[in-house]
Amino acid sequence: MAILDAGLDIAVHKAAADKALARKRLYSIGVPVLVMVYLAYVFFAFDMPGIAARAKLENARILLADTYSYKTHVERDNRRHELKVAIEGEAKGTYAAGKWPDWVRQDGDATVIDLGNGHVVRFDPDAVRYDVPGYGLVTVWQKPDGVSLETPPGPLPDWINASDTRIALATSAGRLTVTRNRAEVFRYSFGWELFWFTLDSPFYGKTPGELLELAAWGEPVRDGQSNLAAMVSDFWNNAMWRHGDVAWAMFETVLMAFLGTMGAALFAFPLAFVASRNFTPGRIFRFGSRRLFDFLRGVDGLIWTIVLSRAFGPGPLTGSLAMLLTDTGTFGKLFSEALENIDEKQVEGLRSTGANALQRSRFGVIPQVAPVILSQVLYYLESNTRSATVIGAIVGGGIGLLLTQAIQTQKDWEEVSYYIVLTLLMVMAMDVLSGWLRRKLIGRSPASTGAP
Amino acid sequence: MTLATTAGSAAIKADYTAMVQRKRLYSGVLLIVFVALLAAGFNIADRRNAGGFWDGLHKILDFPIELVGEAIEKAPALPGNLMRYFPALLETINIAAVSTLIGACVAVVLSLLSTRGFARWPRLIPVFRRMMDIMRALPEIVIALVLIFILGGGPVPAMIAIAFHTAGALGKLFSEVNENADLKPVEGLASVGASWLQRMWLGVLPQVVPNYLSYALLRFEINVRASAILGFVGAGGIGAELRVAIGWGTGRYDAAAAIFLLLFLTIVAIDQVSSHYRNRLVKAR
Repeated sequence: MAILDAGLDIAVHKAAADKALARKRLYSIGVPVLVMVYLAYVFFAFDMPGIAARAKLENARILLADTYSYKTHVERDNRRHELKVAIEGEAKGTYAAGKWPDWVRQDGDATVIDLGNGHVVRFDPDAVRYDVPGYGLVTVWQKPDGVSLETPPGPLPDWINASDTRIALATSAGRLTVTRNRAEVFRYSFGWELFWFTLDSPFYGKTPGELLELAAWGEPVRDGQSNLAAMVSDFWNNAMWRHGDVAWAMFETVLMAFLGTMGAALFAFPLAFVASRNFTPGRIFRFGSRRLFDFLRGVDGLIWTIVLSRAFGPGPLTGSLAMLLTDTGTFGKLFSEALENIDEKQVEGLRSTGANALQRSRFGVIPQVAPVILSQVLYYLESNTRSATVIGAIVGGGIGLLLTQAIQTQKDWEEVSYYIVLTLLMVMAMDVLSGWLRRKLIGRSPASTGAP
Repeated sequence: MTLATTAGSAAIKADYTAMVQRKRLYSGVLLIVFVALLAAGFNIADRRNAGGFWDGLHKILDFPIELVGEAIEKAPALPGNLMRYFPALLETINIAAVSTLIGACVAVVLSLLSTRGFARWPRLIPVFRRMMDIMRALPEIVIALVLIFILGGGPVPAMIAIAFHTAGALGKLFSEVNENADLKPVEGLASVGASWLQRMWLGVLPQVVPNYLSYALLRFEINVRASAILGFVGAGGIGAELRVAIGWGTGRYDAAAAIFLLLFLTIVAIDQVSSHYRNRLVKAR
């Protein structure tokens, strides 16, 4: 009998174990299959096969090349009879006549442009001639009714693009474009030109040693201003890179995050008391404040940004108010959870000494929740710096605006990469700062809360 | 004897009072500095804003009232509008879901590679850590805008951008979870000759998966918001539709109201569902 029982028992246990194993097997096969099916659906929903056709790899090449190099335009205008040499073709980067870089030189009526590695372009009065090493001389005749091409015999290589009105050559050394009235050469060089000083600054083209010498004991280049002050002012007001504006934009971004986070914490703190079970006995208040938090969080930062920018117009204040509203909801929820998890014994102890409600909160509750709250606020300060970049792009403030503007113009990619590096450094600095403050104020670093 | 004790306690009391007062002074100064910073910051932001705070404050309800008014006026069109924008909403949610999925997978690998005791190449731990720091610090919009330039508009740039950031953010949280995992199963598996992949798969993951899932759910919630915002600055989904609806000038507010409603309901629903499952996951342990 006993043996039979035991046998039955084992059979029951075995059945249960088998069932559990089967379920586990189902999960371990079913979940990956479901994930794969979902990914396959998304693959087609997002039109991934079509992305290869839409992708412009040429854009990626331009972008990459622009981040570490710059181009100088040399342009001859036949109607106005003038030669212009400009960095990135911008008015702000135009060399003064006769003060061209040494690879552009005047040879009688002709202009000779040395692109390096034996590539030489000549702007002759009658035609444009490009001596391509390993290929030969390419001549482009400019006539009143169009352009014509003369190349060494053989089929036209694919780096020459010719029509009756426009001829374009792209070689490893640079680009040449010729139309009826215009001839333009791009010469690529390494680095970020004009990053420190623009061409109109007397400090342009000086080595660090020369600059140091000028700053220390050189004659003032500008009346009534020390050389150091002049250098700082020329750098700060650099028309090409706009260092002053960029610094302001970064400050604005951090400011948005600071105002939004701290303001939200200030509003959420008293509301959290209303929303927590152990401080507010009335169900209606609790329910009301919790739904308020849900509402503030649910109406996302995006919607708040749109609604607020109708009232306050674009700018950093709008961005910080939008963040403030969303985060009041988040903080309210987090703070009230912290308040509900406190140790009641300390409050009891204070009550036994006859402390009133305010004193009980001040000495029994706040010391318990302050570390949790502070650490959450500091986490959000860092995360909001990132959000402020995005929100700035919408409300038109901060580094987000500069970034979107630079990307939309689609040519200043060196500025885009500069802004990306700055944004990265800014967020990392905020991360370090918030970690440091957390350790200073709380003493230890509690585990993260999963804040964004 | 009594006198000495009294004198001693008086000294202690004086010391204590002085200490408390010093502490209060420090806190007071800190508070004043903080309030001053806040006020100065507010003033600067107010000055650099197109419209002032006090001028705009009474107008704050104008737009919502106008919007709701028009939505009520055109109430019969609401179900149609909701249906019309549902595919865009689905796209936004898909972007968030896929990027959370991919980001979390990358984060698992990165976090295992950067936890002491689990790492495949212990010397490379700092490299993987810095990598996660950089991925985490880069705002989604930066990658999204650059990718939109290369790949054209649509959901893919947003997806890649969010997945990239998610991998860094979750990687950090996951590696904190890993720090608390028990090393014994890994050592046991190592003693029977299990490969690194087997050690991680059988020894570590069963311990940490509930916490991973909980963080990933929270991240999904955050990513839905991020994907809506990225839509607004050029990627696809409901954000792009919203931009069109409110940029149209007057007369399209019924569409905007429908989009607001969809977005609000989605975020609240995901918020509630994810917090329910997160509670269950963490309590199940």
